Amino acid sequence: MARIRRGISTKRDGTFRVRLPADERDVLAALPAQLRDALDAEEPTLFRLFPPAYVDDAAANADYARLVGSSLLDGKLRALEQLERTAHAETLTEDDLRSWLGALESLRLALGTQLDVTEESYGPLDPSDPDAPRRALYHWLSWLQEEVVQALSAATG
Amino acid sequence: MSQVVEAPVEVEEPTFEDDRVVDRPWVVIVWNDPINLMSYVTLVLQQLFGYSRTRATKLMLQVHNEGKAVVSSGTQEKAELDVSRLHAHGLWATMQQD
Repeated sequence: MARIRRGISTKRDGTFRVRLPADERDVLAALPAQLRDALDAEEPTLFRLFPPAYVDDAAANADYARLVGSSLLDGKLRALEQLERTAHAETLTEDDLRSWLGALESLRLALGTQLDVTEESYGPLDPSDPDAPRRALYHWLSWLQEEVVQALSAATG
Repeated sequence: MSQVVEAPVEVEEPTFEDDRVVDRPWVVIVWNDPINLMSYVTLVLQQLFGYSRTRATKLMLQVHNEGKAVVSSGTQEKAELDVSRLHAHGLWATMQQD
């Protein structure tokens, strides 16, 4: 039996090899547009992408949001675009992979908030759960982000 | 940028209390959340603050086990910059005066 290796590994030249089936790459290429639409619509479930800086100071938080809000959004949009553009690439540069990391983070924060994920949500899926397909997607994004973290951690030392 | 301020005729001496308010450092707190991966939080703390893997892991475990950890401190400006960098990486961070 052949062992099919999936995931992300470090190459000797400092780039990264991505082993993912084409249908999974299609999902990766499609998700950024969905999140962009949600960002355009300013959906309330995206609050985890733009958290307040002060626990109990509405005026200071308004100042903070004015100061950093647009650059936070720009950074997240750039990462999503780079994931979209490189979703089918066999080899990624470290810069590409850092964008994957950021884009996967935004996607997981958005989906995890919508699904009201808790620390107990990482067990087996309940097939009768109407959210099961989206939970499966969330688990897969979590697996892939872990792969990216491990590859970058190995490169960071 | 600089700002030119004319010297006031009468100078109000700051009290000891005022000094303490001004000098008390701000701390940046990372809060536990169910979405961020433990390995990811460790990597972000290493990269943003230059912490060793050991120190970053210790802070991550404190967040995980105790619900929060102070990850940096300094002036209000520095704390706000650190919070914004943590937010750019999706971590749930806030700041407060210690």
